[in-house]
Amino acid sequence: MGNITNSDMNPEIKKNSIIRLFNVSKRYNGKFALKDINLDIEPGEFIFISGPSGAGKSTLLKVLYLAEKVSEGQILIDGMNLARISSSRLPLLRRRFGMVFQDFKLIPNRTVYENVALVLEAAGEKPDYIRKKVMQVLRTTEMDKKAKALPPTLSGGEQQRVAVARALVGEPSIILADEPTGSLDAKSAQAVLDFIMEYHKKGATVLVASHNLHLLESSVRGRNIEITEGTIKRTATML
Amino acid sequence: MSPFIKKALTDIRLNRFLNLVTIFTISLSILVVSVFMLFFENAGRVIEAWNQGGRAMIYLKDNFTMDMLPELKDRINSLGNIQGLVFISKDEALDRLKKEISSSSAFLKTLQGNPLPDALEIQMTSYNSLEEVEAFAEKIKRIEIVDDVEYGQGWLGKFLKIFNLFKITGYAMCGLFFLVALFITSNTVRLAFYSRKLEVEVMRLVGATETFIKAPFYVEGLLQGFIGGVLGLAILLITYLMFSSGMTQGLSSYIYFDVRFLSIKTMGLIIFGSTFLGWFGCYLSLKQILR
Repeated sequence: MGNITNSDMNPEIKKNSIIRLFNVSKRYNGKFALKDINLDIEPGEFIFISGPSGAGKSTLLKVLYLAEKVSEGQILIDGMNLARISSSRLPLLRRRFGMVFQDFKLIPNRTVYENVALVLEAAGEKPDYIRKKVMQVLRTTEMDKKAKALPPTLSGGEQQRVAVARALVGEPSIILADEPTGSLDAKSAQAVLDFIMEYHKKGATVLVASHNLHLLESSVRGRNIEITEGTIKRTATML
Repeated sequence: MSPFIKKALTDIRLNRFLNLVTIFTISLSILVVSVFMLFFENAGRVIEAWNQGGRAMIYLKDNFTMDMLPELKDRINSLGNIQGLVFISKDEALDRLKKEISSSSAFLKTLQGNPLPDALEIQMTSYNSLEEVEAFAEKIKRIEIVDDVEYGQGWLGKFLKIFNLFKITGYAMCGLFFLVALFITSNTVRLAFYSRKLEVEVMRLVGATETFIKAPFYVEGLLQGFIGGVLGLAILLITYLMFSSGMTQGLSSYIYFDVRFLSIKTMGLIIFGSTFLGWFGCYLSLKQILR
């Protein structure tokens, strides 16, 4: 079981950071969802974003992959300023992310295989490579036998595995997972987390937003960033 | 096969009913447009035949004798605008008539002697309007030995008026049906887009470019337009094959004229137009949705 230790609330901004946030705020109808966030994430780090519902965890992930624009502040991803990124370069940036959504976002009338393959098709990969890579990642997530199944016929745990497979198939350098274990039973949640951890061990930077602190504590070494009412309440290292 | 085409075909398969309705609507619109085109092309050929011939028959009085011919030819030629001038004797005219109406042998048997006049067939070099031809015919009529000049003034004038009226109506109808088909295509794309909203959202989030997202919709629009166009023409061709021989036979009692199907060029233009229609409907829709 991992222990959490308090660390510096305002960590020094390191030059080799892969993700850097400077005074980032996000407002919806004048109300702050994120307020004055400063964050610095190094390559290969495992970041666990915790906090109660509505604290701003999902919003933080959304501003990182530009599903939402920040109201104030700046975000740098590997040196690229998101505020200045052109619409033509946005797809290239997003290909660096592997995203696991809270609601899975699987296309219901596409098979498991097609859902996962979409990432590589969008990146313009060749059909042979797509076939090989998709089947490989489906085997890793133990979903290869259900490659031809449609998402609505799968259980919640299986759907989440497909979502993880889709996030990993493009070999992204950053994984963003929003409540990846939220609606799963303990066994499925552990399995999903294991897949992400396995990929993390290969060097990927991982940011997981979840309220399931207990599960994370038991299996993850990394940094816990606790968010409350849109601000970073506490940063701690999980040992 | 291009992944975009493959994807578009999959999308058409998944939204079968919607796509069938669109293709059927496009084909009906193309059918209406093609019917007008068929009429214009055939009517145009009648006019063109007359136009290219610029032909007129000069019927001579009974007291015409062959020794008058050289002078008559000179006088007609002196009016200018004459490309060819051929004398057709009454005997030759009767021979031609016999050949042309050989099926109506009963009528030929009742003929006593030769009722046809000697005639001159002239071909004008050029003319711009029916009025010009009329003026020219009037000059010829002033020659004493000329009995009458026939250049189809009766039916041609009426035909041109009707033809022009049909042309205007045809253009208006074509425009209207084009707009209807455009509206339907555009709405199909819109419905298809909304039915795939999640897919589009996911594609964007996983790093798909706008081209990657839009291309299948465009391919779908192009395919709908193309298939609709081909289907519309096929319906017209089948109808044409069923009725054309009867129509030609019916008309042959009045004029020598065969109804021909659309030329390859026109068919190509119709299919191109219909394919463009599919693309344009898609373009308008996506422009509005993705604004």
